[in-house]
Amino acid sequence: MQNADEIALHTLTTGRKRVAKTPYILIFPAIVLIAGIMIYPLGTVFYLAFQNYNPTMPFANGFCGLDNFKKIFTTNEFYEALLVSAKWVVAEVVLQLVLGMIVALLLNQKFRGRGFFRAIIFAPWAMSGVLTAVLFSLIFNQNFGVLNDILKKAGWISQNIAWLANTKVVLNSVIIAELWKGIPFFAISLLAAMQGFPQDIYEAARVDGCSRVKVFRHITLPLLKETIILTTLLRTIWEFNSVDLIYALTGGGPVGKTTTLSLLIANQALRTNNYGYGSAISVISFFLLAVVAVIYIGATGFGRESDLQ
Amino acid sequence: MKEKKSAALVRWILVLIASVFVMFPLYWAVNTSLKQQSEILSKSVTYLPRIPVLSNFIDAWTNVGFDQYFFNSIKVSLLSVIFIVMLSIMVGYALSRYKFKGKNIFLGLLLAIQFIPAAVMLIPLFNIFNGIHLIGTHMSLIVVNVTFQFPFCCILMRGFVDNVPVALEEAARIDGCNRFQGVLKVVLPMLVPGIVTVAAFALIGCWNEFMFALMFLNDPAKYTIPIGLNMMQGEYGVHYGAIAAGAIISMSVPVVLFAYLQKYLVTGLSAGAVKG
Repeated sequence: MQNADEIALHTLTTGRKRVAKTPYILIFPAIVLIAGIMIYPLGTVFYLAFQNYNPTMPFANGFCGLDNFKKIFTTNEFYEALLVSAKWVVAEVVLQLVLGMIVALLLNQKFRGRGFFRAIIFAPWAMSGVLTAVLFSLIFNQNFGVLNDILKKAGWISQNIAWLANTKVVLNSVIIAELWKGIPFFAISLLAAMQGFPQDIYEAARVDGCSRVKVFRHITLPLLKETIILTTLLRTIWEFNSVDLIYALTGGGPVGKTTTLSLLIANQALRTNNYGYGSAISVISFFLLAVVAVIYIGATGFGRESDLQ
Repeated sequence: MKEKKSAALVRWILVLIASVFVMFPLYWAVNTSLKQQSEILSKSVTYLPRIPVLSNFIDAWTNVGFDQYFFNSIKVSLLSVIFIVMLSIMVGYALSRYKFKGKNIFLGLLLAIQFIPAAVMLIPLFNIFNGIHLIGTHMSLIVVNVTFQFPFCCILMRGFVDNVPVALEEAARIDGCNRFQGVLKVVLPMLVPGIVTVAAFALIGCWNEFMFALMFLNDPAKYTIPIGLNMMQGEYGVHYGAIAAGAIISMSVPVVLFAYLQKYLVTGLSAGAVKG
């Protein structure tokens, strides 16, 4: 349909087949922006990675060979951040997928007030990382935070817990705050896919007397496979890249317990001014991300068809 | 029948748990924002303010500078959105109506650059904007906002252009319009809902942008809302009531936009087309 229309319009407007200049003119500004503000700066990262570059100490700037990479691989900072990143990404993606699935299944059923609850449950999607951090810093506060108060009244704890300063719990606290903001995305994607499912299969299953669990296991899950794979991949990359919330909630502390690789990079830019070192970590995290994406796409067989269009 | 009732009960319990989990932080911010500092800091936590006061909002707005931050955020976001919408109409139209060499590569590029981490771009973009003396200006933020938000918006807009029948443009042609006039008089009016949706998505993204503003802006008079919120948290002797009030002020815009968008989120968009 689209194609026929397109050809009709083309012959109508041009009269004959020729290479149209218009689309290139239309995408030209976008290309300039991508090249100038994305690709070129990205290229300079690879150059800066081999420089000693700190704008507050210009006398020491200059080519330094592999020094930055040596520093990365010989100090603990990088490995610790890598471990935090791994925990962070796995916890976020798995929990968001499971909880998002439950929410989507709930909201896919017909019940009174569904639209209202859908609006409420999805609302955190629109909130910023900094805002989420502020909301949860009020809850997690050691001295007057409401979480300690509730847990004490319930009798589960007797001493106040420093949710954002205790090295044992801080990562979990940050993970919960990000869950609040992240579950809606999964739920929205899964729900969107579910609403496109053919209803007759479900009808048939109901007639055959299948249990809910069986219907989910043998109908819903297989139909959702592609959505789950795509959403999980997108989310893995976004969570790996995300910095706003952690930066605003803990700044990566205490003692680096919540410093992910992306936050380590951001901190080089925002706090320590080690631009060369930060660029070197960027280069490594870039390759990591590419490797993860390739392995994931290969393992799941996703992307063989032109799914991206 | 009995089984159905118990299933409905389980559903209600789960829906309520999810709603409480979402609403609680918002309720707590409202609760905190209406308390006096002494009540916030007191050992006995109160679940409703003893004497509700609005002083925190007045404080955040006038003393902390949220009036300025709010204005700055509006200015940066609106200007960014104007450029984003223009770009996405142009690109969306090109992608929807034309076949051209390199189209797939261009599409792949639009998708791929959404994966570039902001953290990695902080240093190189700082260098570039520093080189052209844009550091400290709202212009630098607008350029970054546009670059990071427009790819997704283009793909979204392409879908909306797809839904405008080509036959309408043909009719306009026959009536003597040239192609540009056809787009202007026929396609654009039909695209209005799509444009509003794209603009709302982009506005949320720009409104929430934090890392680049933190990197580029150095003058408190130019701060946007996320920076203002973050700076308040770092201050000594934190004024929690004002922070909570600032949080509520800052969420006002996304909440209104979300109320408009939430129907599109599920029904209008295919999976993977929603930005997290």
